[in-house]
Amino acid sequence: MVSVEEVYHTAELAKIEISEDEAEKFRKEFESILNYFNILDEVEEDVEPTFQVLPLRNVFREDEPGECLSQDEALKNATHKEEGCFKGPRVVE
Amino acid sequence: MKIAEWMEKVESHGCYDAVAEMLDRIEKSKLNAYITVCMDQALEMAEKYDRGELKGRLAGVPVAVKDNISTKDVLTTCASKILSNYKPVFDAHVVEKLKQEGAIIIGKANMDEFAMGTTTETSHYGVVRNPYDLERVAGGSSGGSGAVIAADEAVLSLGSDTGGSIRCPASFCGVFGLKPTYGLVSRYGLIPYANSLEQIGPMADCIEDLALLLEVIAGKDSRDSTNAGRGFKFIPDERKLKVGIVKEMGGNDEVMGRFNEVVEVIKQHHDVGEVSMPSFKYALAAYYIIAMSEASSNLARYDGVRYGFALEKLDSWRRYFSKVRAEGFGEEVKRRIMLGSYALSAGYYGKYYLKAQKVRTLVIRDFRKAFEQYDVLISSTMPALPFKIGELADPLTMYKADVNTVPINLAGLPALSVPVGFVKKLPVGLQVIGDYFSENTLLNFGRQVSEWWSE
Repeated sequence: MVSVEEVYHTAELAKIEISEDEAEKFRKEFESILNYFNILDEVEEDVEPTFQVLPLRNVFREDEPGECLSQDEALKNATHKEEGCFKGPRVVE
Repeated sequence: MKIAEWMEKVESHGCYDAVAEMLDRIEKSKLNAYITVCMDQALEMAEKYDRGELKGRLAGVPVAVKDNISTKDVLTTCASKILSNYKPVFDAHVVEKLKQEGAIIIGKANMDEFAMGTTTETSHYGVVRNPYDLERVAGGSSGGSGAVIAADEAVLSLGSDTGGSIRCPASFCGVFGLKPTYGLVSRYGLIPYANSLEQIGPMADCIEDLALLLEVIAGKDSRDSTNAGRGFKFIPDERKLKVGIVKEMGGNDEVMGRFNEVVEVIKQHHDVGEVSMPSFKYALAAYYIIAMSEASSNLARYDGVRYGFALEKLDSWRRYFSKVRAEGFGEEVKRRIMLGSYALSAGYYGKYYLKAQKVRTLVIRDFRKAFEQYDVLISSTMPALPFKIGELADPLTMYKADVNTVPINLAGLPALSVPVGFVKKLPVGLQVIGDYFSENTLLNFGRQVSEWWSE
């Protein structure tokens, strides 16, 4: 069972505002989807997980300065900017 | 249209006229396969070709690029409102490669929002229609990339495949599509959805063209730390193969009827057997848990500050981010981000996320065992013919349509969809799965099957 409160909590974790109607719709859908996911309860625990399929470990490059974006390029897609900086929302409430 | 046919047209009419004719067809098209058409740049490149200034293995060939692949100074939206104003300041690795080889980028192909879907119905820019029946979907998530090949609105295209997103539209549009081995093609500049699963891959009208495009895009790139550092070269090979039918990958009577006919033809040339993959029972659930979890982390970057859709007024950060994301993301994207956040949240990590990664180990084991016995594995690419628009209204029903394609991504293997004619006037695809980096075997086998089938 998934409760509406759990849906609101998840929406808050994901930073997505949802309406009451959406919360109820998502609640029903989450219940049926999570119910389907529960098939994994049948799987044995004693298996090593695979997070990544390639046999690669710690791929590093040389620590040499290369070309990077100019300030103008970096700011090109921002709506809010001021004096060559991104302008973000208030973080102290 | 094949590259050879396109080049005949270019020789007789000039590249400029050939491209202009294609742009005209795109403008009149009812398919909605493009989000952005690069009209001026494409014509400029065509003129350059006619002056003899465009060189390379793809010189003068129009290529469509899926809209989640970064193109410098050209709108790259991921079919989402949240990136509806985003123009990348750099090219993806694969786009650099296309340009180096003289390709003409004709437009940015429509897709499911952030590649989350099986039908291209989640696109902010509307559904892509199937070239063989406008009331049906072209598949997804690379629906635009598939439709443009079938409708001659491009000669080649690039898609991306996280759980079947190249193979599904290839099957539904009757074209060839390849999901390469994980790591063969650099993902630098591919806007991420689920990094451990996705690969960029080619779509085309014949195996030779598909192989050429793969040769161009495969290879070393230090900007993608999961890049395998190896290239690809197509070498004709006609040896007899051991072919395994995967019992767990089925479909309805319509597609399985055709699949069985194709198997009969393959049996005349190769040894065919059957193989069982018990872990596949869990593959779909594991795939969606991993994809959603990675999505919830990847899509955290969309906050309306550095790029993308923004609100006019900056508010407190909590309210601002939550509102930008509420307005900017579509429903399916919200659903996957939230379910991913849920699966990763305290108390559920072991039950869902970790368990899914254990299933991945079991899937890889089953494949490994199968490839000890067989050279390639086959199935129907999709479990059904192209769906009617709106047919898969329930999310879980939609997810289940990916049942034959997702195990490949969990294991990181290559897989090809080969068109095998029509049933009820709708295209059907055969899925061919190979061992790691066995693209050459897949393409040779695919070429044989398509030759036998058209005979």
